[in-house]
Amino acid sequence: MAEPAPNGIARSLERLGHAASARIWRLGFAARFFAYVLLHSGTAFRRFGLTIREIYFAGVLSLIIILVSGLFVGMVLGLQGYDTLQRYGSSEALGILVALSLVRELGPVVAGLLFASRAGSAITAEIGLMKATEQIAAMEMMAVDPIARVVAPRFWAGVISMPLLAALFSAMGIFGGYLVGVQLIGVDEGAFWSQMQASVDVREDIMNGVIKSVVFGIAVTWIAVFEGYDAVPTAEGVSGATTRTVVTSSLAILALDFVLTALMFTGGNAR
Amino acid sequence: MKRSTIDIWVGAFVAAGFAGLLFLALKVGNLASFSTSQTYQIQAKFANIGGLKVRAPIKSAGVVVGRVSDVKFDNESYEAIVTFNVDAQYQFPRDTSAKILTSGLLGEQYVGLEAGGDSAMLKAGDRLRLTQSAVVLENLISQFLFNKAAEGKDGK
Amino acid sequence: MAATPIVELDRVSFGYDAARPVLHEVSLRIEPGSVVGIMGQSGCGKTTMLRIVAGWLKAGAGGATVMGEDLARLDNAQIFALRRRMGMLFQFGALFTDMTVFDNVAFQMREHTTLPEELLADLVMMKLEAVGLRGAAQLMPSALSGGMARRVALARAIALDPQLMLYDEPFTGLDPISLGVIARLIRTLNDSLGQTSIVVSHDVEECFGIVDYVYFVSAGRIVAQGTPAELRRSRDAFVHQFVQGEPDGPIPFHYPAPAYAADLEAADHG
Repeated sequence: MAEPAPNGIARSLERLGHAASARIWRLGFAARFFAYVLLHSGTAFRRFGLTIREIYFAGVLSLIIILVSGLFVGMVLGLQGYDTLQRYGSSEALGILVALSLVRELGPVVAGLLFASRAGSAITAEIGLMKATEQIAAMEMMAVDPIARVVAPRFWAGVISMPLLAALFSAMGIFGGYLVGVQLIGVDEGAFWSQMQASVDVREDIMNGVIKSVVFGIAVTWIAVFEGYDAVPTAEGVSGATTRTVVTSSLAILALDFVLTALMFTGGNAR
Repeated sequence: MKRSTIDIWVGAFVAAGFAGLLFLALKVGNLASFSTSQTYQIQAKFANIGGLKVRAPIKSAGVVVGRVSDVKFDNESYEAIVTFNVDAQYQFPRDTSAKILTSGLLGEQYVGLEAGGDSAMLKAGDRLRLTQSAVVLENLISQFLFNKAAEGKDGK
Repeated sequence: MAATPIVELDRVSFGYDAARPVLHEVSLRIEPGSVVGIMGQSGCGKTTMLRIVAGWLKAGAGGATVMGEDLARLDNAQIFALRRRMGMLFQFGALFTDMTVFDNVAFQMREHTTLPEELLADLVMMKLEAVGLRGAAQLMPSALSGGMARRVALARAIALDPQLMLYDEPFTGLDPISLGVIARLIRTLNDSLGQTSIVVSHDVEECFGIVDYVYFVSAGRIVAQGTPAELRRSRDAFVHQFVQGEPDGPIPFHYPAPAYAADLEAADHG
């Protein structure tokens, strides 16, 4: 009996379908894992010392990279912004440009990407390594739920740290924009701050930026924790999991950013 | 690392984070002038609101005294009904007029209130009787051209 | 003598999926107070048996009873409660790398009891003294040698005085002195604490030196059992090959392959 399609195509389709269904299965597994972590978060809050320790490793140790990056991003915004605005004689709007770019977009997104690569990958590696060296199994053997004891504190530490880091990133960025715009280039200091204050709305811009950073925090930490827990317990497995964390988190942040921006910032213009 | 050292650093981190948020809210945004104070509602009808948007400022003598809360179309009079939230600490006479102005040459549009001379003050729900619509650029230009053409004819 | 066995597996079968059966109708009894060895090659299913006893894996068929509880009928919470009466020593210790030796041993006490810190400290020191590492209490696991790490893990496993101890390949990768130490500790702790122990291993000499009874496993089946003395005298081909360490016998030396001549010819033409 002759085959309707060449063997190669059929096999590629089969592999594609298998890959897609495997991914969807894994997503479902990740969702159940997420629900389990949330349900068993009691320990993370009752013994808050565990969570505080993780906030130190995820948040405090990311401070340097966040602050320095924020400063540089803000300074670049100042330079590029001035270059473009002064062509239309609107160089006094520099404050608005820098502040809105940072608070609405760059703060949550860039801080999220940096957090994913620094803290997210560290969390994945840590949990993956604990799995590979049977520490997770030993904990289960000692009748301690590893998800409550190891995973949940790290998850909540990430969710708590992200908005704070994003705020600090934006603040540093605005300061960087001020340094470049006012001190270096000579934009009027009064105009810089007053126009910014008149145009940046606490509810529309800042609050939405905070909401974004919370959503990103949840997404990044969830991915980091899941990839670590699900890692193949070998050296290659852990390294593959860390890479996957960074890649998947970054894509998730950018995709979520689009969705959130569409929801938050274009609603007003629909009138 | 000792427990107490970690706690100190985490505490400092959280404090710094909140300080950053506060800085953004106060120095960058306009939380200071963010009125959670009482407001009362006033309405006004305009023939054309131009580019006026919800949350646009209401200014009197150049000072923000409130915000536009709602813009609707009246299907009977074919005019726009704009609702303002005016800060409760400011009272305006009943014959106050409202104009739609532009901040700067090409800036955002806002509502300017000019106080009248009436001794009775506006109450919540009142409607302003004197309004002036927004200046639409196209009308201005066509009027200018019309005037120019008329001048040219007269001069002949 | 019919004392209730601490562990009883009755024709237990297990496979991760239908295509790959791991255990086939395995039956064994572990008498209280004894040290029992489960021996066989790597991948023969002995670690799987240990995991079934620990409640990690559910037997596909057959009955598994541990300390009087039928494992098939326990839910997660009950399995956790059962594990409080068990202790397990993992192959490489599995110490928590972010805590000191002291904190590792104190882990179970801190998680499951509300003992005040002074009492806890005394208990931890007692356990460390039993394995001879009281002086290493403040070291981090990364500073320990393999043998020392395993002894600390042992102290951690016996922290709450479990009734049943499970040892997963405790002799792998140790130098002769550490081997002797661990073996002696397994036996003396078992006897002095009134425990029952299951030792999974493929080290014949050390194992035979301390166990009361041995089960030999090959390809998921129990192929021989008896006391060490009986097994040394055994004429069974597999037992003989295993005990003497012969390269060829019932377990073949050569991995299944086509005829040698055919492979050489193919290589010449390839």
